[in-house]
Amino acid sequence: MEKQVLRITVNSEYHELYIKPKRLLVEVLRDELGLTGTKKGCNTGACHACTVILNGKTVKSCSVLAIQADGGEIKTVEGLASGAELTPLQKSFLDHGAYQCGFCTSGMLLSATALLAENSKPTVEQIKEGIHGNLCRCTGYNSIIRAVKAVTEGKYEEGSQ
Amino acid sequence: MTKFNVINTPIHNVDGIAKVTGRAVYTFDVNLPHMLHGKILRSPYPHAKILNIDTSQAEALTGVKAVVTGKDTLGVKQGIWRRYKELCDEEILARDKVCYIGEPVAAVAAVDEDTAEEALDLIEVEYEPLSAVFEPLEAIKEGAPLLHENAERNINVTRHIEWGDVDEAFKQADYVREDWFRCSSQAHVCMETHCAVADYIPEGKLTVWTSTQSHYYIKVLLSDVLGLKENDIRVISRYTGGGFGSKFELDSAQFCSSVLSMKLCKPVKIVLSREEEFMATKRRTPMFYYLRSGVKKDGTFLAKEARVFTEGGAYTAMGATALYLTGFFQSFPYVWPSYRYDGYRVYTNTAPTSAMRGFGAPQATFCAETQIDLIAEELGIDRIDIRRKNAMYADYEVPGQATIQSCGLSECLDRVEEWIKDRGKLPPHHGIGIAAYGFMSGGIFNWFNTPYAFSSAVIQVNVDGKVDLFIGSQDMGQGSNTTMSMICAEELGVRVEDIRLHMGDTDKCPVDLGAWGSRETLMQGNAVKMAAAEAKKQILKYAAAKMSPNIVYDLDIKDRWVHLLARPERGLSYFDVVKEAIRGKEGQPIVARGHYTPHRKGMISPAYSFGVQAVEASVDSDTGKVTLKNCVTAHDCGQVINPLGLQGQLEGAIAMAAGYGFIEDLPMDEGKILNPNLVDYKILRTTEMPETTVMGVTTYEPEGPFGAKEAGEGLTNPTAGALANAVFQATGTSIKELPITPEKILNALRERNKREKK
Repeated sequence: MEKQVLRITVNSEYHELYIKPKRLLVEVLRDELGLTGTKKGCNTGACHACTVILNGKTVKSCSVLAIQADGGEIKTVEGLASGAELTPLQKSFLDHGAYQCGFCTSGMLLSATALLAENSKPTVEQIKEGIHGNLCRCTGYNSIIRAVKAVTEGKYEEGSQ
Repeated sequence: MTKFNVINTPIHNVDGIAKVTGRAVYTFDVNLPHMLHGKILRSPYPHAKILNIDTSQAEALTGVKAVVTGKDTLGVKQGIWRRYKELCDEEILARDKVCYIGEPVAAVAAVDEDTAEEALDLIEVEYEPLSAVFEPLEAIKEGAPLLHENAERNINVTRHIEWGDVDEAFKQADYVREDWFRCSSQAHVCMETHCAVADYIPEGKLTVWTSTQSHYYIKVLLSDVLGLKENDIRVISRYTGGGFGSKFELDSAQFCSSVLSMKLCKPVKIVLSREEEFMATKRRTPMFYYLRSGVKKDGTFLAKEARVFTEGGAYTAMGATALYLTGFFQSFPYVWPSYRYDGYRVYTNTAPTSAMRGFGAPQATFCAETQIDLIAEELGIDRIDIRRKNAMYADYEVPGQATIQSCGLSECLDRVEEWIKDRGKLPPHHGIGIAAYGFMSGGIFNWFNTPYAFSSAVIQVNVDGKVDLFIGSQDMGQGSNTTMSMICAEELGVRVEDIRLHMGDTDKCPVDLGAWGSRETLMQGNAVKMAAAEAKKQILKYAAAKMSPNIVYDLDIKDRWVHLLARPERGLSYFDVVKEAIRGKEGQPIVARGHYTPHRKGMISPAYSFGVQAVEASVDSDTGKVTLKNCVTAHDCGQVINPLGLQGQLEGAIAMAAGYGFIEDLPMDEGKILNPNLVDYKILRTTEMPETTVMGVTTYEPEGPFGAKEAGEGLTNPTAGALANAVFQATGTSIKELPITPEKILNALRERNKREKK
């Protein structure tokens, strides 16, 4: 299969890659760029562990061909914190124990990040809807909902703590 | 009571930042130079002889580096039952016959996953299908197809537990009730599927990165099947993406990647697909349960008889322990003066059934608690009162089985009763169900035949006061890394940030049997506490020499302050004392060891947790749909170590156990699982979770570190039973078969209406 050129910006870094057109976005992020923070739990789009933000919207990177993201801007879990400074959601996830094994956490954080970018004051019901697709087998979700809620209440303003 | 500095403080996990920044490297993320990718060919038949396997076409495919079958292995029948060889019955790569759909028959290593996948299609396996049997009550019949030559009527294991004069006690009973129950299967659904990277080098050493609950078990089991010395194998498992009981046996990813790597002297990675995970990585044991209970009319329990047939699937796996524990926990958490249990584990041509969070106890608790509500209803006794009347208590001895040292069950009942009262009148079609439960804090069993202590820990205190803590326990998300760091910091008198934790590597860490049976807090915790106490003793020796206190004074360290216990203001900096102590030891850091093995603690466990859970649910009488509203749990886990971790364990257990109660199931057709994916296999999502409340009941467990006992697995025991009882309260019908689906509820309501019309 002919390789094709892929131009993407991931976590503000520009990349030009030559890839087989059937390569999935999750594979390119993990295998070509070494961004293994993005996980894969099912490969059928059912668990949302592979969620990343593409041009401001969440996508399941196991259900998107990398080539479909050509010219796009992507944010993965590695692009959330700035140096040692965690985002409010990351801090709140820590304080609320909103992760256990951690394998769904990247996808969960990105879904929640996109949710808050669209609606900074979601209700609990809207938070539940916003991360409804993300499966977690460890936490029972309530700690995650509390963590997102705490951020909407301004407890983790950027730069505080 | 000593005031704690670290214990009982809600702190976030010591590996939390790595997890929220995506830096935590799981086995799934391990990539080595020149690494190959493996895939496993699995049987499409539930029962068949393997006549021939032709791998020549697969081997000829460009990019394929090796193909192996059972013939390339030592053919060792392995299992965790190293003391009971007859129970070691699984080869992993089948040589002569296959016994379930999904059983591995060959494995390929190739330059990438796609090539390996393509090669699987080129392997030609000639099978001779055999007649198969899928249900335990069929498989146990005379004349049913046999899975294993030495297992007459397919009986794999039997278990008998008995105390008191059961038959006599039934004669004294005013009321006797019999019920049959059916408990379904459940998949673990770890978010990280089973995976391994094996790297064998010509020097004869094998390194295996794997997602596991016990790196020690995997190392020893690999040595059994590969013919290598235990210590020529190194198993590394820094982060594990969930376990829940599915990751402490040797699995096909670990075995096949090792066999391929040994053949090629190159690293080979195998990651199971989600479909393989469902089909062939073991699952919760389905059980047919017969219960007969005899009570006095005032509700006093007299005698119970339980008979269980479990669907074993094709191999023993950890199913024999599930069979024993379901029998033991069937009597929990009550005083039954006489009790008899007979359990039969039956081989069937289905995926093997094994350990899953609760280890047979959730099944037992569902049946027992459902029946207790029916008994209370018949006798007109309040359901809390009947439980209180018969509740276990501190220092109770389960005859011939166990001694309960700490037990907060009665207080748990009080707390839940108060909550129900406060909740007041419920809306229509709502019900609150309750279930009481208990669980073990680690098993006493040594079927693995380890010569090592069950848990060990090593501590090194360095010149800057930083503490290296080496533990063998495995964190798979349950938070044991944090628990151990907290126990170490508390005992040694430092802070959690002073601890550098080393875990997940058999080359560097002392032996621990792993994270199963809720053993880490108590067993690894005791080993850590012992090591920390020993290190502290060494430090205090130097402090005493420096401070020259009156000989009657005791010294201690708290929050980095070495001081006289009676005069805490008189002291020295921990950092200064450590520095000088190391000088005084000819420049050697302070090193200490700790270990724990239970002795004289009965047959099961050194300590037991207890609790009571109330589930409020609504039932739509038109559709049968159940909605969870509230889940309130009063839990006695002894001294809480990390309240944040406890809450997480509790809420996670509710999600998993409620799923078992009403939505999760593995339906099969002729041994084929019909829903092996995350679309058709439902687990709870955000919108289905109820409100959760934890009410801590603190007791002091003399056998546990700082009085602590288990707080992870037992929490899965009550929910299915409490949910069943909530449906009973809401609808007046009792469902005795899991999962409690809308269809079963509607059928039961229809039956009841028919009866009432008559």
